[in-house]
Amino acid sequence: MSSVADTAHGAERHHPDLVHHFESLPAQKEAATFGMWVFIAQEVMFFGGLFAAYTIYRHLYFHAFVQSSRHLNLPLGAINTAVLICSSLTMAMGVHASAIGRRRPTVAWLLLTVALGGVFLGIKTVEYKDKFDHHLVPGESFQAEELHLEGSAARPAQIFYALYFAMTGLHAAHMVIGIPIILFIAWMAHRGRFSPEYHTPVELTGLYWHFVDIIWIFLFPLLYLIGRHH
Amino acid sequence: MTTQIGPGPGGPPRPPLPPALSEPPAPRVNYLNVAYGVKSWLLTTDHKRIALLYLASVTLMFFLGGAFAVLIRLELVTPAGDLVQSETYNKLFTMHGIIMVFFFLIPSIPAVLGNFLIPIMIGARDLAFPRLNLASWYIYMFGAAFTIYALVSGGVDTGWTFYAPYSTTYSNTHVIAAGLGIFINGFSSILTGLNFIVTIHRMRAPGLTWFRLPLFVWAHYATSLIFVLGTPVIAITLLTVVLERALHLGIYDPRLGGDPILFQHLFWFYSHPAVYIMILPAMGVISELVTCFSRKRIFGYPVVAMSSLAIAVIGFLVWGHHMFVSGQSTYAGLIFSFLSFLVAIPSAIKVFNWTATLYKGSVSWDTPMLYAIGFVGLFTIGGLTGLFLASLGLDVHVTDTYFVVAHFHYIMVGGAIMGYLGGIHFWWPKITGRLYPEMWARVAAVIIFAGFNLTFFPQFILGYLGMPRRYHAYPEEFQVLNVMSSAGASILGLGYLLPMIYLVWSMRYGPKASANPWQAKGLEWQTASPPITENFERQPVVTEEAYAYAVEGEAHIV
Repeated sequence: MSSVADTAHGAERHHPDLVHHFESLPAQKEAATFGMWVFIAQEVMFFGGLFAAYTIYRHLYFHAFVQSSRHLNLPLGAINTAVLICSSLTMAMGVHASAIGRRRPTVAWLLLTVALGGVFLGIKTVEYKDKFDHHLVPGESFQAEELHLEGSAARPAQIFYALYFAMTGLHAAHMVIGIPIILFIAWMAHRGRFSPEYHTPVELTGLYWHFVDIIWIFLFPLLYLIGRHH
Repeated sequence: MTTQIGPGPGGPPRPPLPPALSEPPAPRVNYLNVAYGVKSWLLTTDHKRIALLYLASVTLMFFLGGAFAVLIRLELVTPAGDLVQSETYNKLFTMHGIIMVFFFLIPSIPAVLGNFLIPIMIGARDLAFPRLNLASWYIYMFGAAFTIYALVSGGVDTGWTFYAPYSTTYSNTHVIAAGLGIFINGFSSILTGLNFIVTIHRMRAPGLTWFRLPLFVWAHYATSLIFVLGTPVIAITLLTVVLERALHLGIYDPRLGGDPILFQHLFWFYSHPAVYIMILPAMGVISELVTCFSRKRIFGYPVVAMSSLAIAVIGFLVWGHHMFVSGQSTYAGLIFSFLSFLVAIPSAIKVFNWTATLYKGSVSWDTPMLYAIGFVGLFTIGGLTGLFLASLGLDVHVTDTYFVVAHFHYIMVGGAIMGYLGGIHFWWPKITGRLYPEMWARVAAVIIFAGFNLTFFPQFILGYLGMPRRYHAYPEEFQVLNVMSSAGASILGLGYLLPMIYLVWSMRYGPKASANPWQAKGLEWQTASPPITENFERQPVVTEEAYAYAVEGEAHIV
């Protein structure tokens, strides 16, 4: 392979992280970053189906959604929002540290990001357990009594909780996928794989993590906040 | 066909190429013989080899889906439901639809021809993300495995549309496995689309501006937009069906206030654009074929390029025309009807421009051109009957009849598969380095065209007379037309087997192809047949527009 690549690139030596089909490292980085943005566009549409369902059912069953929303734990949700915003900050710091070629801070910021992600998932687990304890998990054993809803108005409450679990669950799944990736990137950083010339994987992981945070920035008000004052 | 491409029966002799452009010596090592063994294929990151992996997989799925079609047509030979029970029949048309739509038509042209050609056409060494490209194929195979599991463990009977609440609550078949199969397969499409978009944006050769791109590339760019923006919606939709079925969420359950119509909205939001995923790449192929075999620039290049994007964009706004009778608001129906008519404009632009390209061209009737001409005619019929269906009043009459079945088969089989076969024949010398037997190929093209029309034209009449789709028994007065359709299907099936046989034969026994057997324009014809792994010996530089054909003794008209 290398002989073929050499004829293709000319005789000059090139960066070891430059793969054979790109002309230069910046061109390679631009393509990778662009690819990540396209992937994020895809993710927006993926979540979009659930956001559309939420919007329609909130419009149809406003009262049931407001009552159901009140049962969510606002303090825990707010703490989690703060935790996730902080994790975006630490991620940004990690990307910055790798961009200026500082190895140990890169690793430290990335590990801190993972820790904050872990805190978020831990708090989410506490919230989920509470819903199980109060029979607010959709399915056969769903009971809407605690939501102070009566008669037919109680039934759509299950749809609220179905969407709550689907949306926050999908969001959490993205974090569960993201955390091992950050750990892997941190390990690569520890091994000295990145430099100011080549740290694209750190940047792309950062983009992904910020995207997951932004999803939560939409979920939190939709699920926890906007019905409360009614 | 002989090794020498002579004059076509309908056209003057082609001018010889200037010596500088004529045959570069075929390299000893090419992408096919650079490495041998199963591992060198299953772990390859070469877009050309991945295209061949896809070619083998989608061909397998095509014949699997075709086998179900054979059983359907056999059952419908007689009015009585005597060959299979109604439950089995439901599973037959469901599996036919799922396999043909998700595992053949959607990946066929993009993942095989697009994968092979896009990097070569734009003068790149590979797609932007070669490993992701290989991952797409594995994801496709994984999704196909789930679907085949659903099939062998008893099948699915919901129709390929998975309408709730039947799919979520009442069906006793393997909806979850099939749904997961399609969900997984969706990511294969998404990653392929992502790869194409980045490649087309970032990896074009020096001098290859956007408006010098081959129209095949434009069509795939538009298709990729739908892949990336549409497929995630079907993914989340099928995921909710699976969850609803497994955990009783209630999102589509009317007993809890859920709305089954929401499922139809989400489903068609993807599945209507998915029709354009199938037809746009075929249109890209046809643009290449019509110019090459008319020896002429395409008429109105920028308009043809932009019409692909217009179809992709407007295609996202028309899904409600599948739901005129589902209980959606009449006003919504009115708007969806209007928007559906709008899609006809860019589609018609393409048909008119292909026709105008033929005008005063030096037309020859090689096999790919037969498919191209067949495509234009069949697509026109399929498209115009689409306008019948987009008309609110008429659609109420023919909803869920064979009229709809005939309409979308004219688009998907008469359009997409004709384009696919035309493209496979056109680029076969480039892909394999061998020429196929021209006489057999022409015979097959004619058989397919005749068999197709005999199969599906009677279905327009059946539908107009009121025969509903998805029934295994029917009143006796429909028998004549149904027998015609089944007879046509057997001719069509024979037509599809022929290329399978002679193309495989040609891989070993076909005459060796030169680099440019059609004397066609385009970067893919300036490298060897088959190309080397890196596609080009040195970085190509583009200095002219696409399709700079010049017919001897004739000035450019366009």
